[in-house]
Amino acid sequence: MEVRGLVKHFGDVKAVDGVDLDVREGTVLGVLGPNGAGKTTLVRCLSTLLVPDAGSAVVAGYDVVRQPRALRRTIGLTGQYASVDEKLSGYENLYMIGRLLDLSRTDARRRADEVLERFSLTDAAKRPAAKYSGGMRRRLDLAASMIGRPTVLYLDEPTTGLDPRTRNEVWDEVRRMVREGATVLLTTQYMEEAEQLANELTVIDRGRVIAEGLVDELKAKVGGRTLQIRPADPTALHAVAAALAGAGLDGIGGATPDPAECVVNVPIISDEQLTAVIGLLGSHDIALAGISTHLPSLDEVFLALTGQKSSEAPADDDARENDQQYAEVSA
Amino acid sequence: MSAATPTAPATKPGADEGRIGLRANLRHIGALVRRNALQIKQDPESMFDALLMPVIFILLFVYVFGGAIAGKGQQQEYVQYLVPGMMAMMGMNIAMAVGSGVNEDFRKGVMDRFRTMPIARSSVLIAKIVVEVGRMLIATTILLVMGFLLGLEIKGGILPFLGSVALSTVFGAALMWIFILLGLSVKTPQAVQGLAMLVLMPLQFGSSIFAPTASMPGWLEGFTKVNPLSNLADAARALINGHGAVAHPALITLGWAAVITAVTMPLAVKKFRTKT
Repeated sequence: MEVRGLVKHFGDVKAVDGVDLDVREGTVLGVLGPNGAGKTTLVRCLSTLLVPDAGSAVVAGYDVVRQPRALRRTIGLTGQYASVDEKLSGYENLYMIGRLLDLSRTDARRRADEVLERFSLTDAAKRPAAKYSGGMRRRLDLAASMIGRPTVLYLDEPTTGLDPRTRNEVWDEVRRMVREGATVLLTTQYMEEAEQLANELTVIDRGRVIAEGLVDELKAKVGGRTLQIRPADPTALHAVAAALAGAGLDGIGGATPDPAECVVNVPIISDEQLTAVIGLLGSHDIALAGISTHLPSLDEVFLALTGQKSSEAPADDDARENDQQYAEVSA
Repeated sequence: MSAATPTAPATKPGADEGRIGLRANLRHIGALVRRNALQIKQDPESMFDALLMPVIFILLFVYVFGGAIAGKGQQQEYVQYLVPGMMAMMGMNIAMAVGSGVNEDFRKGVMDRFRTMPIARSSVLIAKIVVEVGRMLIATTILLVMGFLLGLEIKGGILPFLGSVALSTVFGAALMWIFILLGLSVKTPQAVQGLAMLVLMPLQFGSSIFAPTASMPGWLEGFTKVNPLSNLADAARALINGHGAVAHPALITLGWAAVITAVTMPLAVKKFRTKT
């Protein structure tokens, strides 16, 4: 997938303002950005739902503007809002899509059953999609995108508004699709999601790319997670910091005591370091009252990458609610 | 912004492979018709308008106005007058539901899925029309059964009678494009309903459907002469009752149907294609 200088305006609003992207075959590109950054508009341009005002995009060898019909045979789209017919059962939705993709009746039936099985929806196959839980609906949506075995998948905020368990289910499915060779463009508001799924990351804000690179590179810039250690004895803050400093853990920027909160903050970039820190504290006989890890918020990511705050557009209440729900989950 | 696009990436040759052939197109329409039919099965209340409206309207009009128009005790004569006219009305009322249906569809994500699939975009709309024509025929059947129960007689022979059904179906299908266009143009299904009522009421009542136009003031009578619903009602009436001019009102009705389709269908398909 090669995108060059893509522009899409809505009146005076430049929703996408000159975006370049490259996604290598069989990899996942995460597009990270706040609400209103232009992520959805970008996906809609690349999936032939919108015609860009300028620039070019070639997906799976097809030009999105000049060869939309051919392109539609190779792409699958799962949007933020489930794009299935809620009045139809899961099975009927998938059967219909099979028929629309020119499968014979028998093949459409078989493929629908196959995909239902794979997304653990066989038991719910006969129920109308409207009666599905949020996670089931999202899975059905992914299933619908998979019927035609697309080589390129667009996932537009696939887990926004989902609870953590359901979110993990969706992540597992995405990983599996990638293992099977799909090329994925994933938009998200969450650094954690990008970390979990993407190989490379493009950060966009106000329709422009503000940072790009391998996830690990960007993570190193942003600083990974912060481990917060609360010793049982509040006066032991410096002892904790000294113990960790003495240990010389690789890649740890240094432990900083925060007396106001009675915690020590330790930036970490891997799970091994988390284990090492805890082991070290144990060997120093330091009693702990609490320990927690925090991911950088989208704001912190933006601050670290660009030195300025993100331009989150005034979001509608729904999106905000989702954000909060998600923030609680990842905290 | 970037008018000068750097290094246009290589694309596969060919303008745009994957044009959709007629057979594939029919298969897609079939799959989408099935979808719309299953929706009705899932939500039987959506058939209320087609099933109950003809019953309620015919009873109301025959017994409330019938006596006043045809004379006390002469209701049956009024049935003979009213039922062909109401066939015209059924088409319009069912067509109105298409608009809110299309609007509703667009508010859900499923249209995005259809529009990213390798199918002709018009097939989604055509399937909708096929199903709605089916609903219209059901409504017409119920209307006619009610009519027969109330004493309707087919005086003009079976072929002209079928002709009257065909004429109102053709006109109703043409009207659907207007409502599809409306459904694609306004924000909510409620707005579709509201706007549609504004158009429907004067067209329905400013016509010869319910009462002969001779007693109306000159300007209104003039309006009924061009009103396609009047012409459709007159043609259907002449076909069923076996007397009166058929060709003139039928041609005006077909003319209207052709013009409406020719103007609104391309607009609706274009709107559907480019709707964001």
